[in-house]
Amino acid sequence: MSKEKFDYFIKGEKGKYEVVIGLEVHAQVLSKSKLFSGSSTKFGADPNNQVSLIDSAFPGMLPVINEECVKQAVRTGLGLNAKINNYSVFDRKNYFYADLPQGYQISQYKNPIVGEGKVLLDMPYGSKEIGIERLHLEQDAGKSIHDMDPSNTYVDLNRSGIALMEIVSKPDLRSPDEVNAYIKKLRSIMRYLGTCDGNMQEGSLRADVNVSVRKEGDTNFGTRCEIKNVNSIKFMQMAIEYEAARQVELIENGKKIDQETRLFDTKKNETRSMRSKEDAHDYRYFPDPDLLPLKLEQKLIDDLKKSLPELPDKKKERFVKEYGLNAYEANVLVSEKEISDYYEEVAKLSDKKLAATWMMGDLFAMLNDRGLDISKSPISAKYFAELVQAIKSGEISGRIAKEVFEIMVESGDNPKKIIESKGMKQQSDPKELEKIINEILSKNKDKVDQYKAGKEKLFGFFVGQVMKLSGGKANPQLTNEILKKLLKG
Amino acid sequence: MSLDKEKIKHVAKLARISVDEAKVESLTKDLNSIFKFIEQLNELNTDKVEPLTSILNQSLRSRKDEISDGKIREKILKNSPKENEEFFVVPKVVE
Repeated sequence: MSKEKFDYFIKGEKGKYEVVIGLEVHAQVLSKSKLFSGSSTKFGADPNNQVSLIDSAFPGMLPVINEECVKQAVRTGLGLNAKINNYSVFDRKNYFYADLPQGYQISQYKNPIVGEGKVLLDMPYGSKEIGIERLHLEQDAGKSIHDMDPSNTYVDLNRSGIALMEIVSKPDLRSPDEVNAYIKKLRSIMRYLGTCDGNMQEGSLRADVNVSVRKEGDTNFGTRCEIKNVNSIKFMQMAIEYEAARQVELIENGKKIDQETRLFDTKKNETRSMRSKEDAHDYRYFPDPDLLPLKLEQKLIDDLKKSLPELPDKKKERFVKEYGLNAYEANVLVSEKEISDYYEEVAKLSDKKLAATWMMGDLFAMLNDRGLDISKSPISAKYFAELVQAIKSGEISGRIAKEVFEIMVESGDNPKKIIESKGMKQQSDPKELEKIINEILSKNKDKVDQYKAGKEKLFGFFVGQVMKLSGGKANPQLTNEILKKLLKG
Repeated sequence: MSLDKEKIKHVAKLARISVDEAKVESLTKDLNSIFKFIEQLNELNTDKVEPLTSILNQSLRSRKDEISDGKIREKILKNSPKENEEFFVVPKVVE
């Protein structure tokens, strides 16, 4: 564990302030059809083409729940180590907006499908547990487009009625870094489970951020503000920084913080009050008379529990034990399921530790440069393992391996073939190496004398010459050994 | 519990119902008498009774996750206040 200490505080003139953050994450459920209708959920379709009479709230239509969405919520709850409620109720949350044709959102209020749980974060100052308050199922709203026409708003209802999981955290987060780690962890867990694709660009994962501040050491919470609908981690972090500073300034000037809903303006990098939401908290929840309570058989929950995949925390433990990785390496390699799958395939066929080093170094750098996911890697796990083995066995040096790697990226070829056809094999035959070294020593008698007289820095010069003459292929370790031996004699 | 005029106006606003100022007085009276009638129920002791969300002793009916609907844009958009081939068009709502 690192010795770093947590130290995110806002410094005011009258002291240090702690920032208290809670998140309401809205995660779109991965399912083919919507929560209460048979319309498709596919992203990017023509506007209003995935809308049924239910989604557009025609009179007399009855919602029927999608059993897969219920299972996805249960899976996610289990992945968050949470209590699954056998009995839950759908309520109507009433508010008026153009992209909500029903005039209410079907949500869960008093009796959510999932209760308290927890998520573990790996921070530089140790691991930290973040409490989950609840997870409930609800409908997504449609999308309003304000910039297509100067005097009108355009509404696309394709998103209307897609299932969302609202995951509410306890106010346990204390810094933008912790928010970053928390969102990434949630995303990772849901992607492992296959319950949400976590695609923030497409809006599959968004959050409302609750922020308050208090003097360091205070145990009571300050008045909080809710920043609505932030759709990237970067913006969440910027919004928190701005909002915390704003609240500290108010307190220091003896002013009161109003509990209110604010929005984050990404262009101006500031939060501001949403006056239109004045009545927003008057939701007049009541049980939806169109829907009976949702009762889950314990057997269904148990069966889903049994069928869960290995999740990142467990996998990390296993990677440390089974592959001898350190906590940092294991953490990086389990962050995405696809990355961990790739690593395991490579590790099966090659040196486990060296595979991790090369993956996290050259492979990740290359993927990052090209903006590729590991699933689109130009180098297959099998070929990557062969490259790692060629380094491990001493067939090629690390320096040559980088060249082979580059060629593999361009050609997608087998590393063995590349090493063979380009004559890149490392010179590891002691006799051959001795021959080369003797040749160099006899050409540079003056430098050998200087070396023997104590100018030991010249050792590097001899190594350089050997590399030059061998075209970079001399085995460095062997070269060192033989050079030392011959220079002594 | 009783309702005053302000409460009536607030509820009307939330429900998007336009109420004539002249009618507020009589509405307040009407609604209060309805409330009084309902409040008789409070005389019953319900401490040990679970709230009833449905009179049917059944669980929620569910459906399989299949695409069986949509692609009826023309029909749907007939309800748009203004005409457009792709979108519902409504008066500008901006934050």
